[in-house]
Parts: sequence; C-alpha cells; structure tokens
Amino acid sequence: MKSSHRLLLLPVAIFFMAFWLLPVSRLLILPAEQDWRLYFVFLTEARYAWSLINTLGLSIGVTLVTLILGAAVGLYLGRQQFPGRQLLLSILTLPLSFPGVIIGFFMILLAGRQGLVTDITQALGLGRFSFAYGLAGLFLAYLYFSLPRAIAAYAAAAQSMDKSVEEAARSLGARRCHIIRDVWMVQLEPTTSACAAIIFATSMGAFGTAFTLSSQFEVLPITIYSEFTNFANFTLAASLSITLGLFTWFALFLTRRKETVAGVDSQ
Amino acid sequence: MTRRTQSPGLALITAIVAIFMLTPMVLSTTAALVNNYSQGLASGLTLRWLEQVITVYGQTVVWSIAIAVTCVVGNILIGVPAAYALARNPSRWAKTFEEVLTLPVAVPGLATGLALILAYGTLRDFRQSYSFILVGHMIFTLPFLVRTVTAAFQRPDLVAMDEAAKTLGANFRQRFLGILVPAVLPAIAAGSLMVFTLSIGEFNLTWMLHTPLTRTLPVGLADSYASMRLEVGSAYTLVFFIVVLPMLWLLQWCTHLLEKKYAN
Repeated sequence: MKSSHRLLLLPVAIFFMAFWLLPVSRLLILPAEQDWRLYFVFLTEARYAWSLINTLGLSIGVTLVTLILGAAVGLYLGRQQFPGRQLLLSILTLPLSFPGVIIGFFMILLAGRQGLVTDITQALGLGRFSFAYGLAGLFLAYLYFSLPRAIAAYAAAAQSMDKSVEEAARSLGARRCHIIRDVWMVQLEPTTSACAAIIFATSMGAFGTAFTLSSQFEVLPITIYSEFTNFANFTLAASLSITLGLFTWFALFLTRRKETVAGVDSQ
Repeated sequence: MTRRTQSPGLALITAIVAIFMLTPMVLSTTAALVNNYSQGLASGLTLRWLEQVITVYGQTVVWSIAIAVTCVVGNILIGVPAAYALARNPSRWAKTFEEVLTLPVAVPGLATGLALILAYGTLRDFRQSYSFILVGHMIFTLPFLVRTVTAAFQRPDLVAMDEAAKTLGANFRQRFLGILVPAVLPAIAAGSLMVFTLSIGEFNLTWMLHTPLTRTLPVGLADSYASMRLEVGSAYTLVFFIVVLPMLWLLQWCTHLLEKKYAN
C-alpha cells in the first residue's frame, strides 16, 4: 500500500481504534479480571442458560417463518405484474428503518390491552384476548421487523431469476412442488443464506422491541440490560454481551464467507 | 411474453402479510389524529396530540436530526478518503480493514454501548453530552457509507479517468476533489441517506448511551410508550415517520439513479 493511501486511512483507523476497538477490548477482558469462569455463566447458571435458549429458539423460529413468508411474498411481488405492485413493495419494506421500539408499540396497538385483536375477540364473545406481552406478541413483533428485509431481498432475487429453467422444467411436465424445490429454491439459495444470517443476528440482538413490550418471555438482551441497570453488575453484563456478540458475529461470518465464494452481496 | 401462471397460494400469503404489516401503521396514524382512540374516528379528528408531542418531546426531534446530520458529515469526512484508499488497494490487508470496520454492525448495539460506557463513562463531560451518542452512531453507521462509496470508486471507468488525469499532470488533491468525488456523488448521497436514516432510528445503542439530559427521538418514543396515553405515543410515532419518510424516498430515488448510471 502506498504511503499516501495509508494517510487517507489514518483518520478512520484512529477513530475506530479509540471508539470501538479499545472499548470492546476492555469489555472482552473485563470478566477475566475478576474470574475467568465468568465467561461461562451462560452455561453454569440456569437463569442465563434459559435466557440464551429462549433467545436462540425465538430467533431460529422467527428466521424460519420469515424466510418462508418472505420468499412467498417476494416471489409474488417480484414476478407478477399488477398496478400498485411497486407501491406495495415499497410500503412493505418501509419498516426496515423503524426502530424496534416502534414495532413493540405496533404490537401493543394490535394486541395489547386496548388492541384491535383484543376488541375483536371481545366483540365475538371470546373475552379480552391480548397476547402482545407474551411469547406470541414477541414472535409476531420480531416477524414484523424481519419480514421487510426478506421481502426486499427475495423480490430483487426473483426479478433476476433465470425464467428459462423454469419454462423448461414446466414444458417437460415437472410438477409445481418439483419446480419449487429444484428450480426456485436452488436459484434463491444465496439469498436464503444471506437473509437467514442477517435475520437471525438481528433477532438475537434486538432490544427495543422486547423492551417496549416488557415481555414476560425473557430474552438475552433484556437480561444483559437488567444486569447492568438493576443490579449494576457490569462484569456479568459484559460476559453475556460477549456470548451474544459471538453468536451474531459467527452467524454473519459464516454467510459472508459463503458470499465471497459465490460473489453475492448481502446488502 | 409467456402466459403467467397464476399463483393463488402466493397471492393469499402476500395479502395476509400485507394486512399484517399495514394494519399497525394505519392504527398508529389514526390513533395519532383522533380525540379518543377507544372511540375511534367517531370522537373526531384533532392535532392536539401532535402539539403535545412537540411541546414535551420537540427537543428530542431537533437533537436527533442534529446528531444524524453531524454523523453524516463526520462519516463523509473520514469515510470517503478511506473508501478511496480501500478501493485502490485490493490487498488482503485492505480487505481485513474493511471487515473490521463492519464489526460494530455484526455485534449487538448493546455490547458496543456497554463497551463505550466502560471505557469513557468516567469522563463526565463527554458522557453527559450529545457527542457520546454521536460517537456511537458514527461507529455504527460508518461501514454503510464506506462500503457504498468503495464500490463506486472501484468502477473501471473511474480508474481510467483517474489515470488519464494523472498523466495530464493533475495532482492528487485536484483529481480527488475535481474528478473522483463528483463522479461518486450519487454513491455518497445514497450512503449519506442510509447513515441518516440509521442514525435517526437507532435505539439499541442509544438507549445505553443516553442520559436524562441527552435524549434522541427513539429514546423519547420509548419513554412516551411507557408513560403517556396511546394517542400521544401514536402522534410521536407519526412525527418519526414525517422525519424519516422523505429521506427514504430520496434514498430510493438515489439508488434508482445509481442503478441507471451503472447500467450505462
């Protein structure tokens, strides 16, 4: 690298070093200063283990459902032509820029104490059914902020799909389920793995949504936050953030490696 | 063109998903503009919730916009030169540098927030100022700008133009400001809008970094959802949309422009 180029990188390098690398390194060694066994509290203490299992289960579930629904909607909007298609697509991808707190609030409007679903179930004589604050509410909220990403990615991928393969398969008499499995899923594989990693990582680290819903279902970001604020236990919060960070980083790392091989970009 | 096969299954799923996504947006906008949410439109339309939001939370909106704009400017100043250096050096070292820059996006904002508090929490003046939040936002949004602009700098026609100007005796400053930066302006614009919308909507990191005296729009939103009536929370949400939607449309327009430019 030329020295002039090195000079151009210097401001970013200094800024990044001061405000990310250094602070994060301190965070990484913080548990070790007390007791290295603290790194493994997510294994040794049932409360934290459950919080991690909850978060993993929720994130995996959300990722799977998002991929199925997102692919269906993305394929439909990417391949069909109808008036308002572009508008619908841009409205469905809007929530990408919403903070998690807004989506938590949306769930409260939908199924909270004064929610729409709650009013409907009461009108139907089923009692006031509000599911916003439990697992169902959290699941739907996570689905809400994950779907736009998947829809956008699949719609873009569907538009660039090679239609001749599908035409050929169809003219050879392939059944619809075979076309889905052998043509669509194969062609959409890079989109699927990139999307899966991003959605999984985002769900694992999501804090605002669960915070707004003050959910009865405890997820790891909430555990970390309450260790930090309610118990002023910085070391434990650090240890659990390291665990969480490793999970999200690893998920993204795996697909980024695949992407470099396939030459596809996730953005 | 071949006849499109109808996909009733996909159409049905699309309809259900669209209803699921749109209903809360409609509910929220309605709640922001009616006198009483539980009575619905029958209670009449009003702007008083919006007025209340402006009085109580107006400051958070102003500060959020200020932080987002400063974040954009700061990232352009340090990020665009870096993007050029990364684009002209396809080495493993440069690749690693770019990878490391994206780490703050791969790691939850909560962890970055904790790390910043751990390292700088004791510097009281810094901790209690908006620059503490600004620094977090810049770290988090920098990779989006750098990646977008690096990709633009790598275009072969731009490399050729750069070489031509160099042979004609233009120095680096002339080439950089006179040729390269104007040529990648749409990419800088797209990256900037991305940074702006990310900064305006950032919560996970900001909630850790804020203090009672330094609050941004999403921090205020969380506060209003917890302590105010539904109508006020909704009106505040509407304010967020009003700030962020024009930026998103501009972003879409810019991306469209970029695609057209690349296509030629």
